[in-house]
Amino acid sequence: MDTENVIIVEKLTKMFGDFTAVNAITFKVKKGEIFGFLGANGAGKTTAMKMLIGISNPTSGEANVAGFDVYTDPEDIKKNIGYMSQKFALYNDLTVKENITFFGGIYGLSRTKIKEKRKKLINDLGLQEVSNQLVGSLPLGWKQKISFSVSLLHEPKIVFLDEPTGGVDPITRRQFWEMIYQTANNGTTIFVTTHYMDEAEYCDRVSIMVDGKIEALDTPKNLKKQFNVESMNDVFLKLARE
Amino acid sequence: MSISVKHISKSYDNLKAIDDISFEVKEGELFGLIGPDGAGKTTLFRILTTLLIADNGNAIVADLDVLKDYKSIRHSVGYMPGRFSLYQDLTVEENLSFFAAIFGTTIEENYDLIKDIYIQIEPFKDRRAGKLSGGMKQKLALCCALIHKPKVLFLDEPTTGVDPVSRKEFWEMLKRLQHKGITILVSTPYMDEAALCDKIALIQDGNILKIDEPKEIVKDFPKMLFNVGANNMYQLIKSLKNYKHQYSVYPFGEFVHYTDNRHNFNPEDLHHYLEAEKLTNIIIEKTNPSIEDIFMELAK
Repeated sequence: MDTENVIIVEKLTKMFGDFTAVNAITFKVKKGEIFGFLGANGAGKTTAMKMLIGISNPTSGEANVAGFDVYTDPEDIKKNIGYMSQKFALYNDLTVKENITFFGGIYGLSRTKIKEKRKKLINDLGLQEVSNQLVGSLPLGWKQKISFSVSLLHEPKIVFLDEPTGGVDPITRRQFWEMIYQTANNGTTIFVTTHYMDEAEYCDRVSIMVDGKIEALDTPKNLKKQFNVESMNDVFLKLARE
Repeated sequence: MSISVKHISKSYDNLKAIDDISFEVKEGELFGLIGPDGAGKTTLFRILTTLLIADNGNAIVADLDVLKDYKSIRHSVGYMPGRFSLYQDLTVEENLSFFAAIFGTTIEENYDLIKDIYIQIEPFKDRRAGKLSGGMKQKLALCCALIHKPKVLFLDEPTTGVDPVSRKEFWEMLKRLQHKGITILVSTPYMDEAALCDKIALIQDGNILKIDEPKEIVKDFPKMLFNVGANNMYQLIKSLKNYKHQYSVYPFGEFVHYTDNRHNFNPEDLHHYLEAEKLTNIIIEKTNPSIEDIFMELAK
C-alpha cells in the first residue's frame, strides 16, 4: 500500500474566546485511505473540518492538506480537494446537466473538459433520461450520488464528505458506499463524517472526537478489541458517555 | 385504539406521497414509522395532526376524527415536527410559557410530565432558543410538545442528524413518557431504532411494506443470510456481485451480507470462488437478519 500522507495534522487547535473547540488534535491520513471522522454533536468535528478545507484559520498548531499549508495556501487546498455535505449539495432549480457544468466551471475546468466529464458522469450514473430535469425533482438518493460525483469533477486528491448519507434509504446508502470504495480504490482519499455507526465499520481507520480532543484513533477492528465490545456503536457509547 | 388510519392517500400534483395506507396504534403503544426521506412519513404526520387533508380515507386520533373534530384533536395531541419549530428569538422559558399559554395551561400545572427533560435544559432557561445546541433544541421542542399533557405524541424524525449518544438518551426519554401512558408515534430513518419500538411499520414510496413487532418482522426473511469477510472489502463486493449465484450483496459493517440463489447452497463453493478471485482471510458464516435486511429485501 502507498504510504504517502495527504493529510498531516499536528496539535491543531481552534479557540473561540475562552472556549477551546478543537484541542491540539494530531493525526495523519494516507493516500487512498477511507478515514472516518466521528464524534458527538458539538465535539468539534465541523470546526476541525473547516480548518482542514481552508475556510477557517487555526488558533495554533500545524496542518498540511494535499501538500499545502492551511495558513499560507488555503486557496491551493480548495483547488485540490472535493467537498460534499448533506446540507449543501446541488442547485435544485438547475438541471442535472446545468449543475455539472456550473460546478465544473467553479472548479476551473476547460469547456472541453467539462463536456467530457459531464458525458462520463451521466453515463456512469445512468442519468441519460433525467439529465435535463431539474435536480429538485429527483429523489434524495440520486441527488447524493450526483453530488458526490460532482465533488470529484476536478479529480481532487482528497474528498471531504460531511454526513453524506443522512436520511437516504438503506439500499441507496450502500450503493453510495460502493462509490466511495471505488473512489478510494482509485487513489482518492476519503475523509468522512457520519452518525451511522455501521458506516464507521466501512472505514479503514476511524477517529473519535470528544470535547475537542481525539480520544481514539485506529482501525474499527482494533478499536473494538481495545474497548472489548462487539460494535463501533458500543465503542462510541463507551467513549462519548464518559 | 389510539390511532386508527384507514385507506389514507395523498398526492401532490402527480406525485403520490401516500398510497392507501392503513394501520392502528393501541393506547400506550410506542409505534415506529421506519423509512427513508421521501417515504411519506411527514405527510402522514401532517394528516394525523390535522394540518393537511387527505385525498381519500379517514383517520381517528384519540377517539376524534381528523376532519370533523380537528379543533379538539389539536388539544389532545402533541406534535414535534422534523424541522426545529420554536421561536428562535424567545428564550427557553419564554417558548415553554408561550406554548403553555396557547393551550390554556401553565408550566406548573403539567410540570410533572416534563420535569425529567426540562431539568436538563433549565440551566439555560434565559438563553434564546436559536442559540441552543442541537441536543438542547430537541429537548426544548419535546417539552413544548408535551406541555398541554397530550394523549398522543407525534414525533417526526426527532433523532435525525443526532449522534448515537444523544439518540440513546432521547429513546430513554420516550420510554419514560410511554410509561406515563402517552401513545407515541415516532418516525426515524435509523433502522437500529426500530428495535426499540413496540411495533413498527416499514414504509417506502408512500406504501407500507410491513407492520409487525420488531422481533417478529425479522423472522420472515426468506433466505439464509451469511456474513462474508475478506482482506479487501472493495474487491470482495466486486467479486460477490459478479458471482453468478448471488441473490443479494450488501455491505454491512465489517462484513458483507450475502444470500445465494440456490436452495442447496454450500458455502464451500463460494469459498473456492473467492479464493480464485485472489481474496485472502476469507470468512463465511451464517448470521441472523436485522430489520435493515428485511427492509432491503422488501424494497428490492
